[in-house]
Amino acid sequence: MTFQSIDAAWWPYLFIFLAGSVATDMWRFLGVYFAGHVDENAEILVFVRTLATALVAAVIAKLILYPEGALAMTPVWLRIGAAASGFAAYLGTGKKVYAGVLSAEAVLIAGILATSA
Amino acid sequence: MQDTHEQYNQSEAWHWYRRGLARLFSVPALILMGAFTGFSGLARDAGFSVWQTEFMVLTIWALPSKVVLIGAIMAKSSLVGAFIAVSLSAVRLMPMTVALVPEMRAKTTSKFVLYALSHFIAVTAWVMSMETFKTVPRAYRTAYFAGIASVLMSSNLCVVFLLFKVGDSLPPLASAALIFVTPLYFLCSLWGSARERAGHYAMVLGLVLTPLFHALFPQGDILATGFAGGILAYVIGRRKAAVRP
Repeated sequence: MTFQSIDAAWWPYLFIFLAGSVATDMWRFLGVYFAGHVDENAEILVFVRTLATALVAAVIAKLILYPEGALAMTPVWLRIGAAASGFAAYLGTGKKVYAGVLSAEAVLIAGILATSA
Repeated sequence: MQDTHEQYNQSEAWHWYRRGLARLFSVPALILMGAFTGFSGLARDAGFSVWQTEFMVLTIWALPSKVVLIGAIMAKSSLVGAFIAVSLSAVRLMPMTVALVPEMRAKTTSKFVLYALSHFIAVTAWVMSMETFKTVPRAYRTAYFAGIASVLMSSNLCVVFLLFKVGDSLPPLASAALIFVTPLYFLCSLWGSARERAGHYAMVLGLVLTPLFHALFPQGDILATGFAGGILAYVIGRRKAAVRP
């Protein structure tokens, strides 16, 4: 059963709900459940935060290394270089997120224009 | 606890809800709209209708889950395959929620409210809350979070609608640049939200280990990286803390 396999108006919505919403919300609900059993200052929360951070970092790395759509057409070294320069700009400006995003975008766009020219 | 004598007052709750709404006028909210612009282009190029895309925003909310779902659908994955792919990218929401909820709840907060609000947990709202909850009286943190949640979701529902209705499909350069906003924004804000040094170790390890685990377990790379990086970062953090008290 794929997204394309049932030709009915409701099928894409059911597919999105089951494969997207349920697959995402179950973790949030499980989180609320577990949170009901720990104290705010518990040591386990330090570990839970490092786990959450490493998981988000893996998602970030995947979005940069193995992207979807038009970004997949750009060379991987350019994406890594742009991300690195953005992160350097973020740290260099005293943790201004917009500075990081803007300079990474500038490097990416310049790189795309230079390689396609 | 500092909140035991605090009275809950309805007009004060509305005040904090509006303070949450006002976070629309912030750099993270603006960047998130940029990321949703990239997401809209991705969904449209993949052949999704405007209502299917809005339905994804409403019911899934977290951007990586939606991007992974679109990727799975385009690869003609089965329902079970797509479910597994999205679940693996969304595991992070569980520890994020476990970390956020104890700071959000007051003694009287109902479980139902926490479950309902948890649907809106994604990186932007999480980082905004972790940074500012200390300035919000505990009794009103759920109201404040509800403000952030409703303004972020409604503004991005509008962004998706406008992107589908206005103009043609974006040129490849613009869509590539907009899709790139999400990882960059996550990269910077995640670093800033770390509570302790171990969070920074976790981030570096997570980034560096991903290509390795992607080569080893292409389907479970996020999970494997997250657990290996998270455990290693915690252990390194504990050792360093023990060395210099």
